[in-house]
Amino acid sequence: MAELFEYLTEPMQYAFMQRALLMAILVGLVCAVFSCFLVLKGWSLMGDAVSHAVLPGIVIAYILAIPLSIGAFIGGLFCAVATGYVKDNSRLKEDAIMGIIFSGMFALGLVIYLKVQPEIHLDHILFGNILGVQAADLWETGIICAATLGLIVVRRHDLLLYCFDQAYARAIGLPVKLIHYALLVALSLTIVASLKAVGVILVIAMLIAPGAIAYLLTNRFSHMLLISSVVAVGSSVAGVFVSFYLDADTGATIILIQTFIFILAFLFAPTSGILRKKIVSQNS
Amino acid sequence: MDELLLPFQYDYMNKAIFAATFIGAVCAMLSSYLMLKGWSLIGDALSHSIVPGVAAAYMIGAPYVFGAFFSGLLASASMGFIKAKTKLREDAIIGLIFTSFFALGLFMVSLSPTSVNVKNIVLGNILGVSDEDIFQMVLIAGISFFILIFTWKDLMVTFFDESHAKTIGINTKFLTILFFTLLSACTIAALQTVGALLVIGLIVTPGATAYLLCDRFGQLMIVSTLIGSITCFFGAYISFFLDGATGGIIILLQTIVFIIAFIFAPKYGLVAAKRKIKQASELLRKTREGAV
Amino acid sequence: MAKFIYNPSLEVNDITVTYNNGHTAIYDASFSLSAGTICALVGVNGSGKSTLFKSIMGFVKPVKGSVTLSGMPVLTALKQNIVSYVPQAEDVDWNFPVLVEDVVMMGRFGHMNFMRIPKKKDKLAVRDALEKVGMTEYSRRQIGELSGGQKKRVFLARSIAQEGQIILLDEPFTGVDVQTELAIMKLLKQMRDEGRLMLVATHNLGSIPDFCDHTVMLNRTILDAGKTADVFTPENLEKTFGGVLRHFTLGGDELHDDDDTRSVRVITDDERPLVLYGNKTQKSAAAKKSSTANKPDADAKITTSKAEAK
Repeated sequence: MAELFEYLTEPMQYAFMQRALLMAILVGLVCAVFSCFLVLKGWSLMGDAVSHAVLPGIVIAYILAIPLSIGAFIGGLFCAVATGYVKDNSRLKEDAIMGIIFSGMFALGLVIYLKVQPEIHLDHILFGNILGVQAADLWETGIICAATLGLIVVRRHDLLLYCFDQAYARAIGLPVKLIHYALLVALSLTIVASLKAVGVILVIAMLIAPGAIAYLLTNRFSHMLLISSVVAVGSSVAGVFVSFYLDADTGATIILIQTFIFILAFLFAPTSGILRKKIVSQNS
Repeated sequence: MDELLLPFQYDYMNKAIFAATFIGAVCAMLSSYLMLKGWSLIGDALSHSIVPGVAAAYMIGAPYVFGAFFSGLLASASMGFIKAKTKLREDAIIGLIFTSFFALGLFMVSLSPTSVNVKNIVLGNILGVSDEDIFQMVLIAGISFFILIFTWKDLMVTFFDESHAKTIGINTKFLTILFFTLLSACTIAALQTVGALLVIGLIVTPGATAYLLCDRFGQLMIVSTLIGSITCFFGAYISFFLDGATGGIIILLQTIVFIIAFIFAPKYGLVAAKRKIKQASELLRKTREGAV
Repeated sequence: MAKFIYNPSLEVNDITVTYNNGHTAIYDASFSLSAGTICALVGVNGSGKSTLFKSIMGFVKPVKGSVTLSGMPVLTALKQNIVSYVPQAEDVDWNFPVLVEDVVMMGRFGHMNFMRIPKKKDKLAVRDALEKVGMTEYSRRQIGELSGGQKKRVFLARSIAQEGQIILLDEPFTGVDVQTELAIMKLLKQMRDEGRLMLVATHNLGSIPDFCDHTVMLNRTILDAGKTADVFTPENLEKTFGGVLRHFTLGGDELHDDDDTRSVRVITDDERPLVLYGNKTQKSAAAKKSSTANKPDADAKITTSKAEAK
C-alpha cells in the first residue's frame, strides 16, 4: 500500500509533472464533453480538419507577432467556415471538401514554416509538449476550457436538440445558425486549448474516443456526458503516470489508454458489447 | 535559364521528380473514385494508420513497405469489424482507429527515439529518400497503374451500381478489396513523397477538381491524372529551390488549381452559378410578362 | 409561458425560391390557410414540396415574395413557438441516445427557461401528450426500439406537448401500418377541431379526402389550392402528376353487359394497387397500352393466369 502511494507521489514531486497532470485533466474534460456532440452529430472528422488547419494560423501569428493561440483559432475557424461555404456552392461531397481545405491549409502552414524557420518547434505543434507546459499556458487553457465547458453545459439541451433534429429546432425558434457557429467556435477553441498538451493529431482522438466509448455504454445523453468525462479524466491521469514510468510520450499514452477502454467497452458493453451478446445467446 | 534547369543536373532530383510525378498520377486516378464514393477520409485514415508499421519496420530494419502494409491492413480490418458490430457512425470509427494507430506509432517511437525520424514519416522527405525506397515506391505505383488501366471500367460500374455490376458477372467483392489494396499501396508510396499528414490532399484534391470540370467519368479520370502528375512534377521541381517542403508545395499547388476550378469552372464554378441564377430570374420575369 | 394564438394562419405570398446552384425550385407560389384546417400538400418528387416546407420554416429565403404565419414574418413566428414540425422517418438518427420521453420533452423547450430545466407543468404536458397518442407505456424506451408507427406517434406527441398551432408533417404515413394510419388521422382531426392548422405532405392520395379538408397541388408552382372537394379532381391530379400517375378505369362494357356506363376510376401515385373486380385483376392504363402493343408485361401475365384459373 505504501509502495503504491510512493508510486503516485514520486512524479508529483516535480513541478512540471504537476502542471502536466493538471493540463491533461483540463484538456481531457473539455474534449470529452465535446466529443459527445461530435460523435452524435457526425462531425468527428470536422475535428480532424480544424486541428490540421491551425498550423498556418500559428505560423502566420508568429510572423505578425500576435499571440499564437489567436492565430490558431482563426485558422481553425476559417477551415470550418470555408468547408461550409464550398459545400453550399459546389457539387462536391463534404468529406472531400474538408480533405481539400485542411490539407491545403496544412501545406500552406508547412511551407511558410520551413521558409520562416520560427523558434516554435514543429514537433510541439504536431505532437504536443505537455511536459513543457508553463503556468501561463495552464491559465490560458484553463480559461478556454472553463468558457467552453460553461457554454456547453448550460446550453446542452439546445445543442442536443440541434444535433438530433435540426429542422424541429428551427421550427420552435432556436437560433440554429448561431448554434452551428457557436459549436464551430467552441470546437476551434477546444482544439487550440488542447494543442500544447497533445498536438494537432492526437487531439482528434481526444475529441472522439470518450464520446464513442460512452455511446456504446448508454442510451441516455446525460449519462453519456458523465461517462465520457469520467473516462477522459481517468485516462488522462493514468496516462500521465504511466508515461512517466515508461518514459514514453504522454499524449500518445493517454490516447492508447482511451483506445484500451474503447476495446473493453466494445467487448463488454451491457447491451451492445460483442462478447456480452455471445454470452447471452449461449445462455438462452 | 541555366538556373532553371539546374535541378535536372542532379541525379537525386531527377529520380525524386520522376517518382513524385508517377505517384501523383496514380494517386490522382484513385482520387476519382474516392471522392465520388465519399471515402476521402478513409484515405486520410489509412495514411495515419500506417505510421506504426513504418516505425516498426525501421526499428527492426525490415523493408518499410511490409510494415506499412501490415498496419494499414490491420487498421482497415478493425474499422470494418467495429462498423459491423456497433451502431457508431462511420466517421467516428475512422477517426478513432486512425488516431489510435497513430498514437501507437508515436508511443513506439518515443520508447526508442533514436531509430526513426518521425518527422520524415509525418512530413515526407522525397529529396532525401534512399534509392532503395524510391525503387519500392516506383514499383508500387507501376503495378497499381497497370492494374487500374485494366480494371478502371469495372471499378466504375462496381462503385456506381453494385447490384448491376453483380448481375453482369463482375466480382464486386474482389474489386472492392482490390481497390482498397491499391489505395493502401499508393498511400504507402505517397507517404514518402508528401508525408502522412498530406497524403489526403494527393488522393482527394485532383479528383475533386476534375469533378468540377467534367461530366464523364473517363474524362474526369484523365483530367484528374493530369492535374495530379503536373502538380507533383512542378512541386518537386520548385522544392529544389526552396530546400525541401516538397509535400507542402505539391499540395499547395493542387489546392490553388482547385480554387481556380471552384471559381471559374465553366459549368459548376461559382461564376457560372451566379450567372445561372441571373438567367433563371430573367427567364421567370419574361415568362411572367408573357403570361400577362 | 404558453402563448396561445387562437387564430393560426398561414399565408404564402407569391414566393420564388432559387438555390445557390441556380436551380429555381418553386416560383410564384401563393396560397393561404386559416385555423382549424388539415391541408394536404400534393406533388411528385421534385415538385418543390420540401422547398415549400423549408421556406415556411425559414431555412431558405425566397428571392421574391413572403411567407406569413399568423400575421407575422417567419422568424418572428418561429420565436413565438407556434410552429411545429414532424420530420420524415429517414431524416432521423434512430440510434441517438434519447428516450421517448426525452424526445417529447424537446417539445417543451420553447416553454422553458434559459437552462431548459423542466418544471412540473412541462412534465405534465409530456405525460398528457404521450397518453394522447397511446405511447405512455413506451416512455422509457430508446427511440430506435419502436416500430414505424410508434415512432411517428412519438413525434406527433412532441408537437402536441409543444402546443404548436401550425404543424408541418412530412410524409406521416410512410412505413406505418393501416391501424396506426387511422389512429394518426383521428388524432389529426382532433387537433384540427382544437383550432390548429396542419400542412401534410403526402403521397397517400387515397386518404386525402378522408381527413384533409383542404388541398394544395404543387408542381414547382401552385396549380390549384382550396377545399379538397373542389380541388381534388381527376383533372387537377392529372395536371399535378403529368404522366406519373397510374390510372385504372373500371366500368362500362369492359366489365358488365348492362347499360350502366358509370365507371370506377382508381388513381394512385407511388405504389400500384391490386384492383380486383369480381375475381378479375384489373390492369392499369399503362399496362393496357403495353399489352395491346403485344409486349410481355408482368400485369398482363397475372390477368391471364387468373383468367385461366377461372
